[in-house]
Amino acid sequence: MEDTLNNTAEHHRDYTGAKMGMWLFLFTEMLLFGGMFILYAVYRFEYPADFHTAAKELDTTLGAVNTLILLTSSLTMALSIAALQKNRKRLSLVFQVVTMLLGAAFLGNKYVEWGAKIHHGIYPNSGHLLSLGKGQILFYGLYFIMTGLHGLHVLIGIGVFLFMFYFTKSGTVAEDNSVKLENAGLYWHLVDIIWVFLFPLFYLIT
Amino acid sequence: MKEDRENRKADRGFWIYEGGKTGLFSWIFTTDHKRIGILYLTSLAVFFAAGVTFGILMRLELISPGKTIMSASTYNSIFTVHGVIMIFLFIIPGIPVSLGNFLLPLQIGARDVAFPRINLLSWWLYIAGGIIALLSLFTGTGPPDTGWTFYAPYSIRTGTNVSLAVFAAFVLGFSSILTGMNFITTIHRLRAPGMTWFRIPLFVWTLYATAWVQILATPILAITLLLIILERFFGMGLFDPAKGGDPVLYQHLFWIYSHPAVYIMIVPAMGVVTEIIPVFARRTVFGYKAIAFSSIGIAAVGFFVWGHHMFTSGISDTSKVIFSLLTFLVAIPSGIKVFNWVASLYKGSIKVDTPLLYVISFIFLFCIGGLTGLINGTLATNIHIHGTHFIVAHFHYVMFGGTAFAFFAGIHYWFPKIFGRMYSEARAKLAWLFLFIGFNVLYFPMFIVGWQGMPRRYYDYLPEFHNLNFISTTGSWILAVGLILLFANLIRSVRKGEIAGSNPWKGTTLEWTVPSPPPVENFEEIPTVTHGPYKYE
Repeated sequence: MEDTLNNTAEHHRDYTGAKMGMWLFLFTEMLLFGGMFILYAVYRFEYPADFHTAAKELDTTLGAVNTLILLTSSLTMALSIAALQKNRKRLSLVFQVVTMLLGAAFLGNKYVEWGAKIHHGIYPNSGHLLSLGKGQILFYGLYFIMTGLHGLHVLIGIGVFLFMFYFTKSGTVAEDNSVKLENAGLYWHLVDIIWVFLFPLFYLIT
Repeated sequence: MKEDRENRKADRGFWIYEGGKTGLFSWIFTTDHKRIGILYLTSLAVFFAAGVTFGILMRLELISPGKTIMSASTYNSIFTVHGVIMIFLFIIPGIPVSLGNFLLPLQIGARDVAFPRINLLSWWLYIAGGIIALLSLFTGTGPPDTGWTFYAPYSIRTGTNVSLAVFAAFVLGFSSILTGMNFITTIHRLRAPGMTWFRIPLFVWTLYATAWVQILATPILAITLLLIILERFFGMGLFDPAKGGDPVLYQHLFWIYSHPAVYIMIVPAMGVVTEIIPVFARRTVFGYKAIAFSSIGIAAVGFFVWGHHMFTSGISDTSKVIFSLLTFLVAIPSGIKVFNWVASLYKGSIKVDTPLLYVISFIFLFCIGGLTGLINGTLATNIHIHGTHFIVAHFHYVMFGGTAFAFFAGIHYWFPKIFGRMYSEARAKLAWLFLFIGFNVLYFPMFIVGWQGMPRRYYDYLPEFHNLNFISTTGSWILAVGLILLFANLIRSVRKGEIAGSNPWKGTTLEWTVPSPPPVENFEEIPTVTHGPYKYE
């Protein structure tokens, strides 16, 4: 009996079920950021002038480069799935590594950006920031929390892809069983989409 | 001889099968939904006992005006801890994770939930959250004293150990989300052949509605709690008026989760009630679809009523009127359910066993709790009773008189299925009597003192409230006796009760078609379903 149980437990696969579970999890991620977007909307409405001033300080070029990096990483991520489904394991692994590298580049860029802000005395509760308008304090508060939380998600995404790399290599994730990689891809896309909203809200609308 | 032992082993179903692990490990690393259900049931009982102890201590402090057994700040910590434990560790996970985990796959004809390992993970997160919550009491700068709502700006400024307590709630939220995700996928994907959406037992419908609320509401709480922690460490100022932030916005975010959470607590309880009534009235449930859709209705409308917690917080009159109206709307699906339950009993061949006793008290107490909720939801009366003991009485009638009584009903109803043995009916009825009397003596006086103006959350009160408070404290002791009787009877019966057989109540849902306790794989062969869940002659 033990054998039959282990067999069903280990070989039971439900592609649709696994996808559905992932989508439900993505809903929770959207709502997690949704709470932050509500805060942003309310405070932007309350302090339009301060938000305008503060947004001008952000480096649009750095932001645009990061957007480009992240969008490209979504492409390589999708390619890694396509490669695996065409049973080209090596190619898939290469694309997974490129995806992770692009994620890391995004984070490096973010580090430079945050570093410059902190260097100029703009960080939560800093004397300089507190001397600015109330809306600016809130703008930067939201900026650090939202991009920080997003950065954390990129980091987690890289971690997930490290696992995927290992799984693909060992054959757990393969042509006929790619749902793990697909779900990891969905997660990566979600993190991307959140950035697609963060970028205009903080950098472009001035 | 050996064969005999093997046979007895087989009778003990999932209790014996250890899945290649031994002893404790066969429990804490199990992926069997039944074992995980038992893990949750045990952990819930432990936290419930802790919560009750704190509650009784609070009542003891309030037995007479002035300081009785504890200082004001200790009282603040105790009511905070009582709230955090009861809400986040007992009543929110409550019925879905224990009875739900155990019964959902059995009721829909499946071998397990969709993601057994995530199921185990969610239990681990639950335990981790519980341990962190307990750590927050004994480490750092003293137990949190904010109340379970962690209202800003006080939660950001107080020197007590709020960050850790908030983090505990965050981890527990994660556990809740994973359970919700698991249940929705299970109900969509693992129903037995022929088990159409309108043939699933109504308990499953309520679990389904609840799971959606868990998934869609909990993340808002997660981010809000995270913000409290970040505010405490970095001082962003999002809820600090000195830096432009708005504390009322915190309340909005908090209640966007925490009001739907009320329906996470009560809707599965309604499901348990709906399962029990047809069995003890020997007739099919009245208005299956009305009950199913009203569960979804409660869950959906429940998302848009959070503002009624904030009528005195300084929100605009327009939004107050809208929130008040929406609050009244939730009463409609709740009323539909009560109507259906009573109509299901009408002209039935009613047999008043312990589960039905609890169910009938549920309907009675829930009606009081629900109708006083409408008094709270009315703008004018809300001003009068906001922040008084009237509110305390109201939500204990809904949460304790409602959810916990339904939980007790469910535990008694499914006890023979889970343990394969029957409890002592006479003792169970005696325990019920103590509980029911104790409950009303404890909480009903609070309606009166609250109406007279006694505020909640103070360790002291004016002398004119003394008599009613004294009665209330007496009630807490009667209630405690009832709880001890209840648990003693059940624990004793786990080993010593009579063998129950697979279907002692003559129920018609699928869980009664398998042996008690159920075998590891639940069904030898997945059944094919040809009719609705409540088929009685």
